[in-house]
Amino acid sequence: MSAMTGAWKRIIAVFKARNLEFFRDKGSLSWSLIMPIVIIVAISAAFNGDGKAQYKVGVMNALPTDNSVQALGTSDSIETANRSLNQAMAEHNKTQEKQHFFNLKYVEFVVYNDLSEAQNRVQRHGVDLLVDWQNRQYWVNQTSPKGYVVEQLLLGQGEPYQREVLTGKEVRYIDWLIPGILGMNIMFGSLMGASYVIVRYRKNAVLKRLKATPLTATEFMVAQVLSRLFIVVTMAAIVFALCNWVFDFYMVGSYFTLLVVAASGALCLIALGLLISCRSQSEELVSGVSNLTTWPMMLLSGVWFSLEGASEFIIGLSKIFPLTHMLSAARAVMTDGATIADLRFELGLLLGLGALFIALAGMMFKWEGEAR
Amino acid sequence: MEYVIEVEGLSKSFKDVQAVDDISFEVKKGQCFGLLGPNGAGKTTTIEMLEGIVKASKGQIRYFGQPVSKEALTKVGIQFQNTALQSYLTCRDTLKLFSSFYDNPVAQEELIEICQLGEFIDRFHSKLSGGQKQRLLLALALINDPEVIFLDEPTTGLDPHARRLFWELINRIKSQGKTIVLTTHYMDEAEFLCDEIVIMAQGKIIERGNPQALLGKHFSDSLIRISPQPLPSVITENYDLVENELYQELSTQNIEETLSQLTQANVSLQGMHIKSANLDDLFMKLTGQKLGEEA
Repeated sequence: MSAMTGAWKRIIAVFKARNLEFFRDKGSLSWSLIMPIVIIVAISAAFNGDGKAQYKVGVMNALPTDNSVQALGTSDSIETANRSLNQAMAEHNKTQEKQHFFNLKYVEFVVYNDLSEAQNRVQRHGVDLLVDWQNRQYWVNQTSPKGYVVEQLLLGQGEPYQREVLTGKEVRYIDWLIPGILGMNIMFGSLMGASYVIVRYRKNAVLKRLKATPLTATEFMVAQVLSRLFIVVTMAAIVFALCNWVFDFYMVGSYFTLLVVAASGALCLIALGLLISCRSQSEELVSGVSNLTTWPMMLLSGVWFSLEGASEFIIGLSKIFPLTHMLSAARAVMTDGATIADLRFELGLLLGLGALFIALAGMMFKWEGEAR
Repeated sequence: MEYVIEVEGLSKSFKDVQAVDDISFEVKKGQCFGLLGPNGAGKTTTIEMLEGIVKASKGQIRYFGQPVSKEALTKVGIQFQNTALQSYLTCRDTLKLFSSFYDNPVAQEELIEICQLGEFIDRFHSKLSGGQKQRLLLALALINDPEVIFLDEPTTGLDPHARRLFWELINRIKSQGKTIVLTTHYMDEAEFLCDEIVIMAQGKIIERGNPQALLGKHFSDSLIRISPQPLPSVITENYDLVENELYQELSTQNIEETLSQLTQANVSLQGMHIKSANLDDLFMKLTGQKLGEEA
């Protein structure tokens, strides 16, 4: 038997044993499936209820300043000057009662500089209306009920605007959220799953027993990565399929590309988990370091909310996290139909970091614990 | 004489603890060699250096006359004192996993037969009794058809029946010509199984040889055990005496004469016990400790 064949035989044996260990542990298996589904359903219920009665309007280039609002109002007053005094007084009283469109409460205004990006947001129902107040033009999605309401508010101002109609299926919050939740689930399953198993093996001397066989550290690590990758991606695919069946996600890109993104992200995070656990036999220490690694990613990688509008420092900081790149790539596939070629930067970064972490973990790996 | 293992000047220190201190011995082919000593004497560290698990600080180990190499260690089978296996695997899964690590493993059915695993082979190993688990671990140690098998306290914690069963298995394996290196702190186990022993205390070898020869060397006599009490000088000056909180023990070649002297000296014979010396007595004599105690 050649050395390479022997190595793969050992890797496959450890891969199979680890998979059996995971899939036969009914408690862990159920938790891995149920937890992300519960979060998705809970978040979906929370953000699709009455609490989300808010409108979002895109504004091209800049919001009108107070002066420009007055200027917009001046055109009204020029018109009214030609009317009779009584009519003017009546109009004036009416104006006092109503607020200008750009000062309306419960409407969030988001400034865009790129027209096509802004139109894309209208098409996906990301914003309810897009207004270019300088050119007196607006865009509305005919299939958006909220777009209709905000359009009526704009037209109620009595100002002349040219109407442009866009069409496109809605990207709901849940569609935006699903890559985040699944990404978070992949992150915990990969990083914590990989690191805890290694520490447990080391602590109770499973590694010591394996060291007394021809299995090498590299073969063991490769088997752990492959097994965890298989488990995490399989579980994520099942959760995705179940949720898709219930929520019918917005999906423009290919499922294969999404799978490649998920696998690359998981590989990177599993390798990070191996690096964290490559020497320690303290579950407390590894838990602490894992939490220190995962929590910033959970908060700053855009799992729950878009980082659009966050400070440059936060956006810069988020770029150092593998999860940020996995989520942006997954959302690009789902909402923009990005291909593997489009995502070469994100995929290259995730795979490169993964290779680096595995190499470092392999160099520093320690079989023994204190168990005698 | 063909030596399977030769150890020369072996030492191991962990930070400020000298676990093994300059020990030397040889293990002959086909024999069962015992490392005896209390907990903390350095037995496990010694055996783990032989297995290549722990790196020696000093000294040499040779297998079949050659320095330790990866190739030499492929001829070795190991049963650790405390080890766990991957969870949620049946005994059969576990045998299959470990078989995959070797180029020419022993057939599963043969291992099942040798180690008597048949009745629980498809059970999760976490559900096995202590004796059954040790038999599974022994099967794993035999999986590569090794020439040398290391057994580190294999019967610790087993009930008497399970221990006897395990001893029979070891004798069966020994009868196949395999060399066995065994650590234990059970003197009856060492007496039953071992052809040669070394006794360790505080990292050093304090005695070595065949168990019966050692007993003959140190105890030509029988032992009379009596309750602790003040003894007259005619007794303390004429007999080898071992004393502790529980008893006093006199070594004698003539039981009748000693009993007569004890009676004449008005020594109480309440609870008296007469026995032949065993390895526990030998260890006690050499170190003042029992084998099961901490070093």
